[in-house]
Amino acid sequence: MTDVLIKVGFLALAALNGAIIFTIMDVKGASWMQRRPGPLHVGLRGFIFPVAEILKFVQKEDIIPTEVDRPVFKWAPAYVMVSCVALFAVVPMSPTLVVADIELGVFFALAISSLGTIGVLTAGWSSANKYSLMGGLRAAGQLIAYELPLILAVVGVVIQAETMSLVGIVEKQIEWGVPFVFGGQLIGFLIFMVAATAEMMRVPFDMPIGESELTMGFMTEYSGIRFLIFYISEYMNMFILCAIASTLFLGGYHVPLLPTEWVNFYGPVVLLTKTAILGFILVAIRWSQPRFREDQLQNLAWKILIPASLVNILVTAIMKVGF
Amino acid sequence: MLRECQKNQEAINLQMVNTLDPQNMNNFSEASVSIEIETEDMTLNIGPQHPSTHGVLRLVAKVDGEKVHDVKPVLGYMHRGYEKLAEVRSYPQITTLVNRIDWVAGFSNEIPFIAGAERLMEIEVPERAKHIRLILNEMARISSHFVFNGAYALEVGALTPIFYAMEDRERVLDLIESVTGGRFHPNFNRIGGVKPAAGAGPTSKKNIQDLPAGFYRDTKVAMEKVIKAADQFQNLIGGNEVFKKRTKNVGILTPEIAEAYGVSGPILRASGVKSDLRTHTDYLPYDQFDFEIPVGENGDCYDRWDVRVKEMVESAKIVLQAIDSMPSGPLQAKVPKVIKVPKGRTYVRAENPKGEMGYYIISDGGLGPYRLKVRTASFSNISILPIMLEGALLPDLIAIMGSLDFVLGDVDR
Repeated sequence: MTDVLIKVGFLALAALNGAIIFTIMDVKGASWMQRRPGPLHVGLRGFIFPVAEILKFVQKEDIIPTEVDRPVFKWAPAYVMVSCVALFAVVPMSPTLVVADIELGVFFALAISSLGTIGVLTAGWSSANKYSLMGGLRAAGQLIAYELPLILAVVGVVIQAETMSLVGIVEKQIEWGVPFVFGGQLIGFLIFMVAATAEMMRVPFDMPIGESELTMGFMTEYSGIRFLIFYISEYMNMFILCAIASTLFLGGYHVPLLPTEWVNFYGPVVLLTKTAILGFILVAIRWSQPRFREDQLQNLAWKILIPASLVNILVTAIMKVGF
Repeated sequence: MLRECQKNQEAINLQMVNTLDPQNMNNFSEASVSIEIETEDMTLNIGPQHPSTHGVLRLVAKVDGEKVHDVKPVLGYMHRGYEKLAEVRSYPQITTLVNRIDWVAGFSNEIPFIAGAERLMEIEVPERAKHIRLILNEMARISSHFVFNGAYALEVGALTPIFYAMEDRERVLDLIESVTGGRFHPNFNRIGGVKPAAGAGPTSKKNIQDLPAGFYRDTKVAMEKVIKAADQFQNLIGGNEVFKKRTKNVGILTPEIAEAYGVSGPILRASGVKSDLRTHTDYLPYDQFDFEIPVGENGDCYDRWDVRVKEMVESAKIVLQAIDSMPSGPLQAKVPKVIKVPKGRTYVRAENPKGEMGYYIISDGGLGPYRLKVRTASFSNISILPIMLEGALLPDLIAIMGSLDFVLGDVDR
């Protein structure tokens, strides 16, 4: 029992800290790209401002409008958060430093990540606000459309690694000597990152929030701690999807040439570094791109990404069987 | 409502059963399942408090999902009664009112009003004053277009360009401030000329300074930076594939419709009509400078954006030329101490950053106008919204609305 509690506690803390690191990265990256100072005054040159932000949101009044569907409205943020935290369970930081090394790790991750859709959709639906409703529906359409390329992009990796366990996938990459991204899965990696960006609802795929169109999309009616949960979940989701991407495609906790017997020590650092690099790319994209239109987004998913990922699977399978 | 849905469901089930009936199997290819779901348009109130309506414009939109069927702009949330107020103010006082009409380019609003009063009084304004007016007018245009550049990118979802735009605009506003003492509301024009510059140090009646020290040098630096910034915008925003996808062939405005609705300014020029009041009216000596009038081809959102960026460069070039050919002389014509405008009426129109702005002044010989009618660009420009937005998607609604670049103070007065 204590074992489980420790694991759950670790998960929550790790995911929260990851979210905080990514928040700092996003805000500092934004200020750097926008030629302005950015947060400077809270703590060490502004680096602990997310803590202040969290405290601020916790203090604020949690306004629940009278017309909303109360239980649904109240529970919607929880779905989103739970799906993010649970996702981190399968991400290995070394062969032993993993909360749950399940055989169907990839399958579990993809299944859990689609749970968040329910939260977003119910949040939009229950808010009794037309903007929220449109945001929720946009989110549902977008998440369903991009779930597919996400899964199909991973199938290539699964074929190559012959396992669905994330630890197994990393071990295979160590065995190969090069990460999968250089071992034939470059297109799969790009598709995965594009689809993951859409899953995170970040620019250029942030129509569900689309602050210039829908004010704040499905979050419009939320305030206080419930808004905070959505806000943190966004960064958690970003952190964890980047971690999964670096596990699947970039060799996870291992770097070539480092001795494998020390992996328990350098594993977490290596994984975090890779995650942060991917995260930084996402930050750079966010602050330099406008937003797609809803129909353009769907076209991209159904007409480009899904066919491309199918071709990717086909080529990977042929290479696997043929050579 | 629920009961109706259940009924529909039953009807659908029945039909499905019929279709799958083995006796009807022969007809299977012909039988079609017709499911009619009755949908209603949703009324979406966009504004008055909405991040993209530039203030307090309200659009009552009938939407079917993402598709906009009908849009009705509702105005008047910012009506401040300036036309009525002007009737109880004297002419020098009115300049403080009018530069709050389009506050993004405050200086430009003063010019046609002052020019109208001067025309009625038959005052010849000194060349130097005219040049200073022209320089500041073009600076106001540049700063207005900077705001548009930043805000428009924000509306299509790019968050960064507005910071670049604001930073660059600040240089221009600093210059305006150094001359007039005000960044947004200069209140700098006097009937018969301009007021002594604010940055020129202590002034006395005998020794009136005009432009602050170092103004020419600073302006040259700033204008070259404006040209550079426009180039940067062309790369940063105009070269962006997503931006092109969002704006090209979106919200096409044909020249016929634009002219029929009295659209003016960069929007009209983006539709391919080469119409610029600076070339054929004489409220300021624009004929002494050579500049091009950028014209668009398709009249879509991208062209409207593009025309404004090119206009910024042209304005900067005009300012540079005006500085080089600045005549010397007095700043003020001889005017009576108490300004009374003789009986008469006149209409002066000018090319403002947003389009044509005109003042119809009716004077009965008193201290203030008997009636002042203000024709503002934004008011006429947004009258095409219902036509342009019909059948557009909701994200396009924002893109089209943003490309019209209106200011609510300019719409409602």
